[in-house]
Amino acid sequence: MSLKTWPLLLVILSLLLVANLMFGAVSISFEGILNGFQADSEHYFTVYEYRFPRTLLAMMVGAMMALAGALVQGVIRNPLASPDVLGVSHGAGLAAVTYMTLFPTSDIAWLPAMALLGGFSAAFILWWLCGNHSSAIKLAITGVALGALYASTVDFLMLVKPLEINNALLWLTGSLWGRGWNQFFILLPWLGLIPIALWLAKSLNLISLGDDSAISLGVNANTLRLTSLAVAVGLTASCVAICGPIGFLGLVAPHLTRKLVGGQHQILLPCTMLVGAILLLFADLVARTIDPPIELSAGIMTAIIGAPYFLWLLFKNK
Amino acid sequence: MSLSTQDLSVGYHGKAIVKEVSFELPKGKIIALLGPNGCGKSTLLKAMARILKPMTGQVFWNDQDLHQMPSRQLSKELALLPQTQPIPEGVKVKDLVAYGRSPYTGFWGRLNKEDNRIINDVMAQVGITELGEQLVSELSGGQRQRAWLAMTLAQDTPYLLLDEPTTYMDLSHQVELMQTLRKLNSSGKTIITVLHDINQAARYCDHLIVMKDGEIITQGEPENVLTQDMLKTVFSLNAQIHRDPIANTPMCVVE
Repeated sequence: MSLKTWPLLLVILSLLLVANLMFGAVSISFEGILNGFQADSEHYFTVYEYRFPRTLLAMMVGAMMALAGALVQGVIRNPLASPDVLGVSHGAGLAAVTYMTLFPTSDIAWLPAMALLGGFSAAFILWWLCGNHSSAIKLAITGVALGALYASTVDFLMLVKPLEINNALLWLTGSLWGRGWNQFFILLPWLGLIPIALWLAKSLNLISLGDDSAISLGVNANTLRLTSLAVAVGLTASCVAICGPIGFLGLVAPHLTRKLVGGQHQILLPCTMLVGAILLLFADLVARTIDPPIELSAGIMTAIIGAPYFLWLLFKNK
Repeated sequence: MSLSTQDLSVGYHGKAIVKEVSFELPKGKIIALLGPNGCGKSTLLKAMARILKPMTGQVFWNDQDLHQMPSRQLSKELALLPQTQPIPEGVKVKDLVAYGRSPYTGFWGRLNKEDNRIINDVMAQVGITELGEQLVSELSGGQRQRAWLAMTLAQDTPYLLLDEPTTYMDLSHQVELMQTLRKLNSSGKTIITVLHDINQAARYCDHLIVMKDGEIITQGEPENVLTQDMLKTVFSLNAQIHRDPIANTPMCVVE
């Protein structure tokens, strides 16, 4: 099955990539796109400086968030788990909103760093509360509770500081608007986490058989869990830092991919990155073209797709 | 090769379930761990499979402290079939069995010819060859148990630890499993299994270990272990010992 799925996903991804370059507030022909990569073209700014980096970013963020979701689902052994469940996204969000509302005059360039700090702090608090040897379900429940706490703190901050609310709102829905080469190069080093995640694939297969079997097959279950979660937090926090919390991607993409190619992580992990990239490219394309020149945020689009999917999963698992 | 314990205490949350147990598993035998619920037989098995760390004392593998040895090396020596198994999502039976080859494969888990031969062999051995392409989640309880047993066998270890392997099986599959264990034993494997059915243990196993309240009460051949006294003191049962008319092994009949 996976032999047929691979090329299909690649074709869809390529088509979406071209579509994202072509369509927007102004439509550009395919030829115009090709010329747009030359500096003397009339479309140079639109294609190369504006749409191309944004498209690349959407692919990277989609792939990384999906991969983070697959890692978390792998070690928590629950298809409803995702980095949102661990409270990482909301932790990153809280740190960023705190920064924006309390220091409205400060440099916006520090926002990614703050979000990253928040994401890792949220993960650290979770680990500090649950300890090294806690059960998957305890981790998930604590994560959800902490996430709710962070989210309500964000609401509180926005209520008491209504003047700065616009910036924060825009960022909180998760958007690729106005993101370009700058953000691309900030995110680029974080791609280094991908090989680490792939290196865990074989052990993730074994942990799906339960801790007892995994240990008996030579896996150090606790080290694997810690490594996977740390990599997932790194992936999530770096993405949230760039684009804000784009919801449901980390939940939907791995789950959808498992349906397509099965549960073997050597196939699942690469494919889930493709699916994540496809989903976010599609979401951003729709968000930009539904009512140009006004843009919705991609996070709203992923929520529109993701929330019903989450509910369906929830009811099905009952 | 030998597996033994020395003053081993092990348990959960600081409370010892197994208390200062010292014994050596007789090599090349089928050994049954018997005892009432909560006596510590599963806990003892888990300590020997390095799932649980000792509170005091040690488990020895070839006179080395088992819990200090590299996990990957041990995964080629000891295989465990746990009592309950989560159902991995979207995994075919054939792939599940292939996971048993993990101690031998590289970091990406690629299988070579020898791996595939062993996988096919063990699937035939437990009779699940025709289930290979099915998803593990679609199997019945008994089929799933056999698929997991095949996975454990694919690990190709001289020692096999089984935690209540007959639990989800109907009677004919239980008999089949016990006969499979005998075959594996005659091909050289040492097998230690937690069992609930005393008569099954007496019929198919060479050596019985009886536990109560975390201690080993008695051990030895079924002939010597299965007595009226033992059933009274360990299981609080009034029972008579008769001969199994077919296997001529001792069996108990409750009064």
